[in-house]
Amino acid sequence: METLEQIKARVEALWPNARLELIANESPSGQRSLLVDNASALRIAEFLRDDPELHFDYCSNVTGVDWPELVTQTKVKKKTVVDGVEKEVEETVETRRPEYLEVVYHLYSIAKKHGPVILRMRTENRADKANVPSLTPIWRGCEFQEREAFDLYGIVFDGHPDLRRILMWDEFKDFPMRRDYVEPDDYEYEPTPHDEVMEKAKAHAAQGGKP
Amino acid sequence: MIKGMAVTAKNFFGSYVSKERLPTVQYPEERLKPQENTRQFPFLVFDGDDAQKGLRCVACQICEKECPPKCIYIVKSKDKKPDYKGQAQIYPATFDIDISVCMSCQICVEVCPFDAIKMDTEFELSTDDRFGGLLFNKFKLAKSNEHYHKIHPTEATEVDGRLAEEKAKAEAKTKAAAEAKAKPAAAPAVPAAKPA
Amino acid sequence: MSVFAEMPPKNYELLPKGGDADGELLEISMGPHHPSTHGVFRMDVVLDGERVVKLKPVFGYLHRNHEKIAEGTTYLGSMPYTDRLDYFCSMTNNWAYALSVEKLAGLQVPERAEYIRVIVAELTRLQNHTCLIGFFVQDMGALGTPLMYAFREREKILDLFEELTGARMMYNYMRFGGLRCDVTADWLARLAALVEGYDKFLDEFELLFNENEILLARTQGVGILSKELAINASITGPMLRACGVNYDIRKVDKYGIYDRFDFKIPLGEHGDLYDRFMIRVLEMRESIKILRQALRDIPAGPFMDPKAKLRGFRPKAGEAYGRIEAAKGELGFYLISDGSPNPYRYRVRPPSFINLTILEDMCLGQHISDAVIILGSVDIVLGEVDR
Repeated sequence: METLEQIKARVEALWPNARLELIANESPSGQRSLLVDNASALRIAEFLRDDPELHFDYCSNVTGVDWPELVTQTKVKKKTVVDGVEKEVEETVETRRPEYLEVVYHLYSIAKKHGPVILRMRTENRADKANVPSLTPIWRGCEFQEREAFDLYGIVFDGHPDLRRILMWDEFKDFPMRRDYVEPDDYEYEPTPHDEVMEKAKAHAAQGGKP
Repeated sequence: MIKGMAVTAKNFFGSYVSKERLPTVQYPEERLKPQENTRQFPFLVFDGDDAQKGLRCVACQICEKECPPKCIYIVKSKDKKPDYKGQAQIYPATFDIDISVCMSCQICVEVCPFDAIKMDTEFELSTDDRFGGLLFNKFKLAKSNEHYHKIHPTEATEVDGRLAEEKAKAEAKTKAAAEAKAKPAAAPAVPAAKPA
Repeated sequence: MSVFAEMPPKNYELLPKGGDADGELLEISMGPHHPSTHGVFRMDVVLDGERVVKLKPVFGYLHRNHEKIAEGTTYLGSMPYTDRLDYFCSMTNNWAYALSVEKLAGLQVPERAEYIRVIVAELTRLQNHTCLIGFFVQDMGALGTPLMYAFREREKILDLFEELTGARMMYNYMRFGGLRCDVTADWLARLAALVEGYDKFLDEFELLFNENEILLARTQGVGILSKELAINASITGPMLRACGVNYDIRKVDKYGIYDRFDFKIPLGEHGDLYDRFMIRVLEMRESIKILRQALRDIPAGPFMDPKAKLRGFRPKAGEAYGRIEAAKGELGFYLISDGSPNPYRYRVRPPSFINLTILEDMCLGQHISDAVIILGSVDIVLGEVDR
């Protein structure tokens, strides 16, 4: 099977407007992935499926991932001139990872028996622009899994034939798998409370028990 | 279809004749003997006769942290009591396991460094007290080492062997330390400490 | 272009509006409490007489949000929860999870542990398929007797597992880098006796059904699934092989030590229910072959990687996707780690959930009674569908 770099080069040769990025993976599994931009995702997916050498006819797994905004502060030593003397000063540098929702596709080839190629698509933000194109017209197997990503994360798939909740009931409002999901506070009886559950149970009891 | 009926007939009449064809056990009049390794819910082991003095648990809270559904709740005691090696250890003032939450995964047994918590084999524990009846506290959970030997004989003998070995090692160490301390007291002609 | 274009339009207003429809189409909800739906699964079917016009599967009744629980538990603590995914096949769930974590952290598994893993996985496949052929003929109306024969054999396997791990269904047996405890020579001897007796049971079972006209008439030509649709719809496992596609992850990925065993992959021709039934019976015979070879070759040695830690396990940041051929299809785990003791993202790729994608396509135009056995042949377990 071609390496990810070769696939990336071929796709970029075919569609110069497409923006692809190789995402590294530091764990020993070494499974690197290809981040594609939302506008050209459908064409790239079709190319991956129909190309005679790659022939990725089987989409194995569709995963939604929630990346809330993360601000990390790292201390960096810099040499600056203070009062005429060169000193090494520690400065705190703030790195900000913007918030987005991500969809990860694992593609395998049944005909050629190779794989996986991992595709990623990101939304613009977690609030109103949480749209990605749906790859269900290319691989029918994505249908239920994209519905699940919509149900649990709130990622809207444009072009999905039937986007509605699949695991939660239809009238449910929130998105359970998000990192900032707050579960309803109706503990009836908490016999062995721990950590946050203990705090919540105490607060709940202070308010007068069951709702 | 006649062939099929022949098989059914063989099984049906065979059930009166051979033991293998009749797997049904008329519970609760008849009970199957449980296997040795069966695990149901945890219990705390104590050595000797007194359930609280001989309790092996030292409230290290490792089982509480590792329990996946977090069904164990431990409160450490303020005072200490001696354990099987003779050292003073704290003990759990409260040790609650909610067995309606416990999923019998045995992780608490695997991570306990003191062989204090083991799996019981009793499963007929239904009660009509919905909230308190399935919350086992320290007193209900503590069962003797003899009980442990009865339900898991091979495991219990192995654990006993290991604990006896550690106890012997600890005793040998204290004896050696006592002898080393006794020696300088008997021979005070050792040169004084050098200036720092 | 894509096969998707030929599928019927997805219009989920089940009853068409208008006076002409009254008295012609009947909407039935085969609700969650139903003896034939293999769990809390609901099918809204619209019938024209007895033929299915639309079918909408509804599930989520057993959704426990296992993936979120796993984000709050350590890697080891999720292992007992994986038992409860596909509750018939605990061992293979454990293995898939252990495989993914070992890929993520780069752990090695000793040889004896690999052999034991193969043994318990094939035993799991045996008892799952036994259970399934029992349920399959039960759904067709055999009213319990063959199911009880199947369960009688399954009990023998469960007794073996109870002796090994302590529990009959929720084993919590695999660890990252090996197993929880070793097998004894005694256990292996009993396993050998069981394997010898299993062929006899299968022969007897086949005698009951191979020439049974009712089974043949009801399953041949029913619920046909084409090869292209199966591949496009991400179907895996015995359903895919019944359509004639030679894809078995044990042969493709060669995870564990499966490349040392000599076994065949049964393939079907038509993709109908009879093929799926017979493939499972043939897979059982292949599993027995693998068990015999494993029992012959199992070496002595450690059962756990000495470098692996039980407590305080923190894999490096990164991600991994590990998959195995479970009894129902491809079971995969996708883990994203950020260096902390809990996974950042933990995803189960459930075969039963994805195999349900084409349930409607297979049932259209069939009788309602066939819809029940088509669902039975998909082999779903709600613990896996809903997680």
